[in-house]
Amino acid sequence: MKYFHLVWAALMRHKTRTLFTMLSVLAAFLLFGMLDSVRTAFADAGHSVSGASQLLTMSKLGLGQQLPLSLQSRIETVPGVTAVAYVNWFGGIYQDPKNFFPNEAVSENYFSVQDAVVLPPDQVRKFQSTRDGAVVGAALARKFGWKIGDQIPLQATIWPQKNGSNAWTFTLVGIFTARHASEKGIENAMFFRWKYFDEARQFGNGNVGWYQERIANPDQASRVISAIDAISANSDHETKTETANAFTASFISQFANIGLIVAGIMAAVFFTLILLTGNTMAQAVRERVPELAVLKTIGFSNRSVLGLVLTESVLLVVIGGVIGMLLSMVVVGGVKAALGQTLPMADVGGSIWGLAIVLMVIIGLVVGVLPALHGMRLKIVDALAGR
Amino acid sequence: MNAAVAEVRDTKASSGTSQPLVQIRGLSKTYIRGKQKLEVLHHIDLDIARGDFFALMGPSGSGKTTLLNLIGGLDSPTDGSLAVDGKRIDKMGEGQLARWRAGNVGFVFQFYNLMPALSAQKNVELPLLLTKLSGAKRRKNAAIALQLVGLADRASHKPGELSGGQQQRVAIARAIVSDPTLLVCDEPTGDLDRQSAEEVLTLLQRLNREHGKTIVMVTHDPKAAEYASHTLHLDKGTLVEHQGARGE
Repeated sequence: MKYFHLVWAALMRHKTRTLFTMLSVLAAFLLFGMLDSVRTAFADAGHSVSGASQLLTMSKLGLGQQLPLSLQSRIETVPGVTAVAYVNWFGGIYQDPKNFFPNEAVSENYFSVQDAVVLPPDQVRKFQSTRDGAVVGAALARKFGWKIGDQIPLQATIWPQKNGSNAWTFTLVGIFTARHASEKGIENAMFFRWKYFDEARQFGNGNVGWYQERIANPDQASRVISAIDAISANSDHETKTETANAFTASFISQFANIGLIVAGIMAAVFFTLILLTGNTMAQAVRERVPELAVLKTIGFSNRSVLGLVLTESVLLVVIGGVIGMLLSMVVVGGVKAALGQTLPMADVGGSIWGLAIVLMVIIGLVVGVLPALHGMRLKIVDALAGR
Repeated sequence: MNAAVAEVRDTKASSGTSQPLVQIRGLSKTYIRGKQKLEVLHHIDLDIARGDFFALMGPSGSGKTTLLNLIGGLDSPTDGSLAVDGKRIDKMGEGQLARWRAGNVGFVFQFYNLMPALSAQKNVELPLLLTKLSGAKRRKNAAIALQLVGLADRASHKPGELSGGQQQRVAIARAIVSDPTLLVCDEPTGDLDRQSAEEVLTLLQRLNREHGKTIVMVTHDPKAAEYASHTLHLDKGTLVEHQGARGE
């Protein structure tokens, strides 16, 4: 600690350069915190089912495979299951592909199972009694200026109508809100009646995308999951039941290997960071060769000089990294509040912080090792003579 | 044995000192630059008495700074022996030399070589970081050293806020703060105006006379050399002339 002021003085020698280097480290670790939050959420999804009050059942082969509607009544018989709804991903486009929002065909009892949304009872009844009825989240209604009674046209991307047309039209009968601020993301979704969808679609009739179950006792989730999947064991439609979080992770994983993407992005970011910070450290040490020579002259050992430069580079990365990680906690909290379960993100907690600190120290050592060796090996008489 | 050694020994005898602080025998230093071997010092024999103020003079390239670096333990000789206070520093490894320098030698350079981001006080404290002194004791000793060089009121100033002469006095305070036996000064007035140079030289003379510091100083300036008690001339790596103690 008695050398700390030396390290700090070296860092503050060129304040602007240090500030910009710290900003680049900050940006890298802000990105790391956010991306690792997503990676952790995907990695952890399904590892713990305890405490889950809602389960989802899909084909063991993946979401692309449909399940028979007849399974609903059999799942309802599983002890502990209090209600079973079903859903089909529709994937329709409103006016332009860039207007993407989730839109799904759901069973009439969907809102008694899905507890993330609040839909007034009269609008639930209207939904159940209107053949082409649809409900949308408040955020989506605001975005497109929709109001109850409006006709909403969607262009099908998967499910054409029997007449071959991809144009589907729905009547807006309700606008729901998210039950919790942390699930605001669901307000960007649209649900319409599965019955209307099934009658009109060209193929796949009588099948559903997945089932959504409400269970009586969250502590028994594990047992209920086993019982539901046992129903279809050794059939041509074996199922995989999991929690809502795990389901969302599985859904997104269909399109991409999240872990690989995160690892790829972070590898590129950290590689660039190492080059940038390494260059800064090398330049900083080159400028200070006479000062390091003076330290050695007055008796600092080679090892002390090595330690001073390495501490400086680790400190540079750790300061920027810690600020970046703190910011990532704020940003992840905000994104989770805005998107809810749409994009699974874990809290930036102990494991992510632990990994980040290890990375900071490793990067600090990597970027500092060559300049530190240069400082350690410099010959005093040559350095003092400017050679 | 050359005339210089003989004359310095005479001085020692007259001052009654039993053993010279610096004892150099057959010292040579050769540098290899590319394929060329360059002998910078050639069989130097020299004794420097304890409490002496010794000026090394000579033209550029004569080997003055090389000899000073060897005496200060910054470099190792190619041949010969070099003992300071009875210790053979030519036999020491790099780590041993670093520890020896920390406890026994203070350095003053032409361009002060202070840490620009540290205050005068913190610069002076630097050598004490290598000791086991507490922070409070380090601060106290640094304050005393600054007081000794007349810069107690500039303790919190950074080098950029001080004049050249003041910076050199801070460098001298840094050199003496750990109470070394030997001060080696490489052109300490080379970058100073006449008045500042005289202040610095007077200070060095005071440290020599009042505090018993043995000083070896390289200089081009004959006026600076007048402050020393002995002057030695080097030419092409060989001792050529020695002036005996002034005022004796």
